[in-house]
Amino acid sequence: MISWFTGFLPYKGAWFVATIIDILVIALPLMLAVAMIIYADRKIWAAMALRRGPNVVGPFGLLQSFADGLKVFLQETIIPSAANRGLFLIAPIITFTVALAAWAVIPFGPRAVLANINVGLLYLLAISSMGVYGIILSGWASNSKYPFYSAIRAAAQMVSYEVSIGFVLITVVLWTASFNLNDIVMAQRGHIFHFINFYAFNPLLFPMAVVFLISSMAETQRAPFDLTEAESEIVAGYQTEYSSMSFALFWLGEYGNVLLMCALNATLFWGGWLPPLEIPFLYHIPGIIWLFAKILFGFFVFSWVKATVPRYRYDQLMRLGWKIFLPLSLIWVFLVSGWLMLTRYHAF
Amino acid sequence: MSLAYYVKSFTLWEFVKAHAKTLHYFFKPKATINYPFEKNPLSPRFRGEHALRRYPNGEERCIACKLCEAVCPAQAITIEAEPRDDGSRRTTRYDIDMTKCIFCGFCQEACPVDAVVEGPNFEYSTETREELLYDKAKLLANGDRWERAIAANLAADAPYR
Repeated sequence: MISWFTGFLPYKGAWFVATIIDILVIALPLMLAVAMIIYADRKIWAAMALRRGPNVVGPFGLLQSFADGLKVFLQETIIPSAANRGLFLIAPIITFTVALAAWAVIPFGPRAVLANINVGLLYLLAISSMGVYGIILSGWASNSKYPFYSAIRAAAQMVSYEVSIGFVLITVVLWTASFNLNDIVMAQRGHIFHFINFYAFNPLLFPMAVVFLISSMAETQRAPFDLTEAESEIVAGYQTEYSSMSFALFWLGEYGNVLLMCALNATLFWGGWLPPLEIPFLYHIPGIIWLFAKILFGFFVFSWVKATVPRYRYDQLMRLGWKIFLPLSLIWVFLVSGWLMLTRYHAF
Repeated sequence: MSLAYYVKSFTLWEFVKAHAKTLHYFFKPKATINYPFEKNPLSPRFRGEHALRRYPNGEERCIACKLCEAVCPAQAITIEAEPRDDGSRRTTRYDIDMTKCIFCGFCQEACPVDAVVEGPNFEYSTETREELLYDKAKLLANGDRWERAIAANLAADAPYR
C-alpha cells in the first residue's frame, strides 16, 4: 500500500497515510466485531441456559448491540462529585485504547501485519499489562468503596496471572526461537507429523495451551474469574460509578481484550492464519478466514466456560494462580528447554 | 488421595464433564417461549387487571357494599357512595391503586354481585405512575372491553365454586 501512495507523495507522507489507513482497516471492523461478539456471547449464554437471548431488535436480534450502544450514547454522563474528574474520564479511554493497540502485532496473513516487529510478544505483554491501569485508575478515581475493592482485586489478579502467562509464552518462544508472531505462526506449519498446523497438539506444549487458555480468561476478567465485577458482592466493581459513553468504552475495551486473547490463543497454539491441516487445497482459502474461524471458536469456548462454571472465590483464584499455574509453567519451561537442548541443540 | 484423584484433577475431568453437559443443553430446544409473539395459556382463575362489570342491560353491577374495600389487605380500594336519583345505592367513586394492589383476588371473592373481577389481561404497563391509579371510569371501561373473556372465565370456573 505504501508503494501505491509513493506515486504522488513523498515516502514519509505515504508511510503515514498508509499506516493510518491500515489502523482504520483493523480498528473499525474490530469495533463491529465487538458489537457482534457481545450479541453472540448473550446468545450462547442464553442457549446453554435454555433461554432465547436477544431476538427482537433486527433479524434474530442481530442489531441488539447497536440498539444498546445507541441507548448508552444518548444517556447523560454522570461524574460523581467526589470523583477525580481527570482520572475518572481517562480510565475508560485507557482500557479502550490499550485493547485496540495490542492488535497492531497480530498477523492476519503471511504479510498482513500492521507492525511486524521482531519482539511482538514482548510488545503484547507490555500492552496487556497497561490494561490494568484503566481498571485501577477507574476504581481509585471513582472515590467509592466498591470500585476501590474491585481495583485492588484487579491489580492482584492480573499480576498473578501475567506471571504464568509470561512463562507459557517463554515455552512457545523457546520452541520457535523467535519473539515475532509471524515466525511463531510459520513455525507451526506441519508441526505434528508434517500434517497438523497446531502447537497445541505437541504433547509438550499442550498443557501450556490449556494453562494459557485459562490464564487468558483470568487476564480478561471473564467468568469464572470476573471477581472485579462480582455483582453479588461489589455491585458492578470498577464500572459502578460509570454511565453513558464512559461505561460503553469499558465494555468495548473488555470485549476487545477478550477477542485479543482469543486471537492470541489462536496465533500461539492453534496455527494462527494457517489452515488446520497441511493440505495444499486448504491454502486456497485466505489466511484471514482461518484466523477468524479460530478466533470465533476461541470465543465460543470463552462463552461456553462462562455459561458453565460458577465464579471463583478470591482465595481460590489466588491459589490457582500462584500455587498451581506458576509451578506448573515453571516446570514446563524447564522441561521444554531441556527437551530442546537434548534434541535440537545436542548440548549433552 | 488416590491416583485416580490426581489423574482427575490434572485432566480437569469435572470441568470436561460439566462442559459436555452444557454443550448438550446448548442444542436442546429452548424452554422459554417467544413471549411477545406467543403466549402461555392462562387459567380461568388467572388474576390480572381489574375490571368493573355491568349487567347485560347496561346497569353497573356494583352496589357499593364496600366489602372489597374492607377485605383488601393492601388497602388499595377507595369507595364513596350515595343514593342515585332513582333511589338505588351506587358508588360515586371507585378507585383502585394498582401500585398498591397485590393481586390476591380477595375483592372478587368478596363481591356478592360479581361486579369487581380480575380479568385475564396482564399487559397494561404504563409510562407514568399516575396512570396506574385507576378510577371508576377506567375500571368500567376495562369491564366493557374484557366482558366476553371475563364472562367465559367465570362460566368455566363456576362448577368448582
